[in-house]
Amino acid sequence: MNVTLEGETVVALKPVFGYLHRNHEKLAEGMSYLGSMPYTDRLDYICPLTNNWAYALAVEKLAGIEVPERAEYLRVILAELTRIQNHAAFLGFVLGDMGAWGTALMYAFRERERILDFFEELTGARMMVNFMRFGGCRWDTPAGWLEEVRKFVKGVPNFLDEMEKLLVENEILLARLVGVAPLSGKRAIEGGLSGPPLRASGVDYDIRKVDAYGIYSRFRFRIPRGEYGDCYDRFMIRIHEARESVEILKQALDEIPEGPVLNPKIKQRGFRPPPGEVYARLEAPKGELGFHIISDGTDRPYRYRVRPPSLINLTLLEEMCIGAKIADVMVILGSIDIVLGEVDR
Amino acid sequence: MKSSYEQLEMELRPHGVFVTSLEEIYNWGRKNSLWPLQFGLACCAIEMIATAASRFDIARFGAEVFRPSPRQADLMIVAGTVTKKMAPQVVRLYNQMPEPKYVIAMGACAISGGPFKEGYNVLKGIDRYIPVDVSIPGCPPRPEALLEGLIKLQEKIARERLLCNEAARSTTSAQPSEYPVPNYGANDLDPPYNSSVFHPPPIHVGD
Amino acid sequence: MTDQVFKSIIEKYPDKDIRFLENSSPSGQHSLLVPPEIAVDVAYFLRDCLGFDYCSNVTGVDWINGVKKGIWKSDSNEEIDGGKSGFLEVVYHLYSVQKKVGPLILRVRTKTREDRPELPSLTPVWKSAEFQEREVFDLFGIWFGGHPDMRRLLMWEEFEGHPMRKDYIPPDDYEYEPTPHGQILERIKTKAGKTE
Repeated sequence: MNVTLEGETVVALKPVFGYLHRNHEKLAEGMSYLGSMPYTDRLDYICPLTNNWAYALAVEKLAGIEVPERAEYLRVILAELTRIQNHAAFLGFVLGDMGAWGTALMYAFRERERILDFFEELTGARMMVNFMRFGGCRWDTPAGWLEEVRKFVKGVPNFLDEMEKLLVENEILLARLVGVAPLSGKRAIEGGLSGPPLRASGVDYDIRKVDAYGIYSRFRFRIPRGEYGDCYDRFMIRIHEARESVEILKQALDEIPEGPVLNPKIKQRGFRPPPGEVYARLEAPKGELGFHIISDGTDRPYRYRVRPPSLINLTLLEEMCIGAKIADVMVILGSIDIVLGEVDR
Repeated sequence: MKSSYEQLEMELRPHGVFVTSLEEIYNWGRKNSLWPLQFGLACCAIEMIATAASRFDIARFGAEVFRPSPRQADLMIVAGTVTKKMAPQVVRLYNQMPEPKYVIAMGACAISGGPFKEGYNVLKGIDRYIPVDVSIPGCPPRPEALLEGLIKLQEKIARERLLCNEAARSTTSAQPSEYPVPNYGANDLDPPYNSSVFHPPPIHVGD
Repeated sequence: MTDQVFKSIIEKYPDKDIRFLENSSPSGQHSLLVPPEIAVDVAYFLRDCLGFDYCSNVTGVDWINGVKKGIWKSDSNEEIDGGKSGFLEVVYHLYSVQKKVGPLILRVRTKTREDRPELPSLTPVWKSAEFQEREVFDLFGIWFGGHPDMRRLLMWEEFEGHPMRKDYIPPDDYEYEPTPHGQILERIKTKAGKTE
């Protein structure tokens, strides 16, 4: 990031990208459809399960694959758990950016570790899960897993209350967040912001509602919105979203039916979708994650593109930072919540 | 055959007398207070943070003081994929660290490029430019694996000699403490590897 | 919904060569191929009159030998399979946040795939295209006229070539494997020939 200052005030800011450009798209165009699945884990490495789902969703749309009921529920459960752990980690990181390195992160990671335990029990890996398949999930839950998740979900609001009590009335935190870098809803749409930063600016746009992909239309949940679009709104919206995720999780865990979790008709290895093009997106914890795939009928995608929410959410970073103090830049960047694996891919 | 020093040590220990050598106490002090450089590159950095956080608690091994400045650090954990765009900066950071300094290559990407090794912008292992002390395989390695790697590094430090022929790298001037920083080339880094550090294995081409 | 939009655009520019491309896969996402000279006009029309205020995704495609067969039903006259005259393409995925519709897919194609063919930039219309058009320039080498800050996004400035093009040759720094096989063996042979 090249920052030009006048005293302590930012007058220009140019982000420099590419330090983690790992050629995900080029690699994916040279390998089979299933082969890209583990690579999607490494895009936004804090929430691999939503990346998996977005890619599976795109391929399912491209080839017209149906997903069994139980797999849909399992996907929702996993995506919402991912959202909670991403937002927990966000709270830790943004506090770290503000200088409270340590305490908040310790609390946040305590909660995150519990969720990672569930992922590990289910998928075999803490972070790089590689769990979704075209037409379902890799395997069913181990015995008692859902019961444990149910117990855990009951405790999440306590954690959020604790976080809120710890942080929200803190005078220093308020001084660092309230009124910093406000962003209007109109400008946020123009800048292509998505996910929590967009909704913090007061725009009612959540892809879970708009597209109702998967089975999200069956759940009752609210879309939290901010009012001023400042750092405080962007910060608080994560806590509110995590609360809504808890609501979705409760419903999904109650309603999840028995049945298969993988469409048996789909040949996963050597998978060949019909020729055509697709763009599919979903509401990842950081924003709109989209996959654009052009298939020419062979076993490799002709064009494979990831629409990274983290990169596009940075479009307005310069605008937000101009006029702010240099010390606020880190907080503004932190409040957008980016992950570099996704910015550069 | 035990050395005379070890015999003396064993003889005196039952009497409540501990003898040590300068070398031993120096290494003991150093190995238990490694200060890592606080810098992460990719996915492995998240596991590094998890190692530092509440559950795994790297402080048990004396390495919890993550320093944001290379001048204050003596351990570089290369956590994640090193891209060609990033490699010069990594080498520069390494050059800025004071001796004695150590490098842990954490994860498959830092060791060899890992799953991304076919990429045009991915460096195939940080050992092409700087010497690596401990490599931790995994994608990403679990926090336990990082701790294991740290213990292995501590064992290595404990064995280091100060004087004599096989003295540690940091105590002699035979090996440099700074390595040349590669430049950005038209397609690749220039040079693609440092030939004094990295020796590619001979390739056997069949008939 | 999007079909009406397509119709209204085609009606608005009756004398221009705007084509409707019908996607042949089950996704059913059809797209509109717009000539470069009216791309900015169409974009403003879409944004201001039809409410497509959100440009979600911008990407490039390298059709090295022309469009592959079978991807679009009505694209038969575009197919130059096996020929030499390939071209580059930019794809815009548009959404409407107010009306909650989309995606509307807009495609713009260059005439050639020589170095840096120029297309009009849509960044003045949708700010969100800024970084993505820079990325397309970096990886595909399409120069966007009218872009406020046309530089490479991901690779360094001294880098030559555009790596996402299908004919890009990656640098020869592959992993040294103890048991090389297939493609790698081929590359080793050519490399051995070079150094000898």
